[in-house]
Amino acid sequence: MLPPFDLLPTLVRGLRVTIGLTLAASTLALIVAVIAGVARTSKNPLISGIVGFYVELFRGTSVLVQMFWIFFVLPIPPFNISLSPFLAGVIALGLNVGAYGSEVVRGAIQAISRSQIEAGIALNFTPTQRMTRIILPQAMVRILPPFGNLLIELLKSTALVSLITLSDLTFQALTLRQTVGRTTEVFAVLLIMYFLLAYPLTLGVRWVEGRRVWA
Amino acid sequence: MVQDNDRQDASGPMIRFQKVKKSFGDVHVLRELDLDVATAERISIIGASGSGKTTLLRILMTLEEPNSGVIYVDGEPLWHKKVNGELVEADEKHLRKMRGKIGMVFQQFNLFPHMKVLRNVTEAPIHVLGTPRDKAEARAKELLDMVGLADKMDNYPSQLSGGQQQRVAIARALAMQPKVMLFDEITAALDPELVGEVLGVMRQLAHETQMTMLIVTHEMGFARDVSHRIVFLHEGQVLEEGPPEKIFTNPDHPRTREFLSRVLEH
Amino acid sequence: MVTFDWEFAWEILPQLLEAMVVTIEATVVGFAFAAVLGLLLALGRRSETWWISRPAGAIVEFVRSTPLLVQLFFLFYVLPRYGVRLPAFVVGVIGLGLHYGSYTSEVYRAGIDAIARGQWEAATALNFSQRHKWTKIILPQAIPPMLPALGNYLVAMFKETPLLAAITVVEMFQRAKIISSLTFRPLEPYTLVGVLFFVLSFPSALLIQRLEARFGTR
Ligand SMILES: Nc1ncnc2c1ncn2[C@@H]1O[C@H](COP(=O)(O)OP(=O)(O)OP(=O)(O)O)[C@@H](O)[C@H]1O
Ligand SMILES: [Mg+2]
Repeated sequence: MLPPFDLLPTLVRGLRVTIGLTLAASTLALIVAVIAGVARTSKNPLISGIVGFYVELFRGTSVLVQMFWIFFVLPIPPFNISLSPFLAGVIALGLNVGAYGSEVVRGAIQAISRSQIEAGIALNFTPTQRMTRIILPQAMVRILPPFGNLLIELLKSTALVSLITLSDLTFQALTLRQTVGRTTEVFAVLLIMYFLLAYPLTLGVRWVEGRRVWA
Repeated sequence: MVQDNDRQDASGPMIRFQKVKKSFGDVHVLRELDLDVATAERISIIGASGSGKTTLLRILMTLEEPNSGVIYVDGEPLWHKKVNGELVEADEKHLRKMRGKIGMVFQQFNLFPHMKVLRNVTEAPIHVLGTPRDKAEARAKELLDMVGLADKMDNYPSQLSGGQQQRVAIARALAMQPKVMLFDEITAALDPELVGEVLGVMRQLAHETQMTMLIVTHEMGFARDVSHRIVFLHEGQVLEEGPPEKIFTNPDHPRTREFLSRVLEH
Repeated sequence: MVTFDWEFAWEILPQLLEAMVVTIEATVVGFAFAAVLGLLLALGRRSETWWISRPAGAIVEFVRSTPLLVQLFFLFYVLPRYGVRLPAFVVGVIGLGLHYGSYTSEVYRAGIDAIARGQWEAATALNFSQRHKWTKIILPQAIPPMLPALGNYLVAMFKETPLLAAITVVEMFQRAKIISSLTFRPLEPYTLVGVLFFVLSFPSALLIQRLEARFGTR
């Protein structure tokens, strides 16, 4: 049997979409995670309450349901917000993974001992400086490996956008199955392509876990 | 609101506690504590575990808020602001201004683990005081040299012994040039053989500077050598105070005697 | 302006609840499968025989690195070509079990690694059989601290059951999709499904947090 090179052009077209979606959604997730994670440690009950609601809402329901809601419900009244499949995918994945990421950020911030904050007060840093110069840099070390794992989860979840008609890698494979057949080959190649995308990330996470300059 | 009846002037004490109360739940830690510390005076605060020594320092460092009473630092109320001659609760801006006068060294060092030694010392001068980096670094090197750690400035704190870390912490606090320095049992977390190097730095500091210092310690010999005055704290109040010679040889109060005999035994 | 139609929601709720039974069945059976498979994979990876430990490791790494949805498609479309014809629900449960088995195996592995060396040595010194060592000494100590992590994966799997809709299983989400396309009203069914997922998963997550606090591990 020849290697299924003839399948590749179609799949690579989908691969581009998958990678673009992963990059866009993970950027959104990163921003959301840091902002929501910091905000959730706020002493203001209104801020931490609103953010807590968002986080629990997105962690408590299913990402596929969220994606369908954003793609199929938002366009109708009273919302009237029509999004392209790509944008709907970015928003659903970004907000979903961002909610999980915010818990990582919050946990890492809370793991920084109170005494570090007190040292910051004793040196007369402003509250913002204490967050940006003392707490977040230390939290970063705890944040990186779980963020790497979330990135892998996000990459795998991009396959769901094929269900809202975005022609990502999985979507192209489903199309190929219908047009050329060769089901086994198509899905084997598809699995291998995802593996080649995700496994280097896994190795990267392990590398990061294995090294820390201080402490 | 409290009436500001005792106006402070430049010749007044550097620190004044007036009827300061602090409790955690039902635990009354400070009970109407009164205490004055003169400018350039070094006092050692001694007392049994739980007598409120740490709490007293933490309130001065604004890490803990008193329930009532007034504290003056350098003539200004610490936890209050004067508005039309009356004292109202201080805001963050006032607290930050007051914190500039005070520095603290902690029992557990509390160095920033993600910064090398030099940056631990320069970070606050650069970003809080606005000192130019080269100046801040030159000054930090001087201070690290003084505490005997000039060769460690490119190390991370975790690569240092406890005694070395505590000396860095002293240099870090000094770099902010506070008028008052607070030391809370800075040798208590150290292995016995490392205590000497830290106390050595402290003795040198006592000789060479005119800083006001409040030292909480269980090292009685050291307290005797460096302090102008010993303050014995008992159940949240100053039970007895006086020059070291007096307190250590002939205290008035039986409780002081009892405490000293217990700690001097070993 | 159209807003949430409570009457319509009330009308479709029984259908969704009925489909929820399928969702829960898939979760329970799938997780039972994952729990057993994960243990086998974890023990396999610890094996001193390379032709057991290597494949076990490779399976875990590969399954973890590929999307559940694609694995479901693979099982659903490829198995029948080799004569294995299974109902969609069974394929879905196998997919869930396989995918989450690769996750739970890591939980077991970490849990077993956390057992102090002295325990192994004591078991060996007392000359227990291999079987007795595992079932009476190691696993009883290792499993309770693993429960929170396993619980988290149970809830995670529950929230991934809508993927079974892609291979024609009529679980809760698929039912909502069907209602939505028949009535042209997506708001109520999709919102209700979200709410139903939430009312089940949120309390479970809280329960797991309590477990976590109790066993004091992460
Ligand atoms: N944050 C807190 N919450 C509750 N109780 C506290 C808190 N901080 C201190 N306490 C209590 O206040 C009392 C005085 O504590 P403090 O730390 O000031 O004593 P100390 O004189 O420094 O004792 P030690 O010699 O053991 O350091 C103790 O009974 C302590 O348990
Ligand atoms: Mg103390």
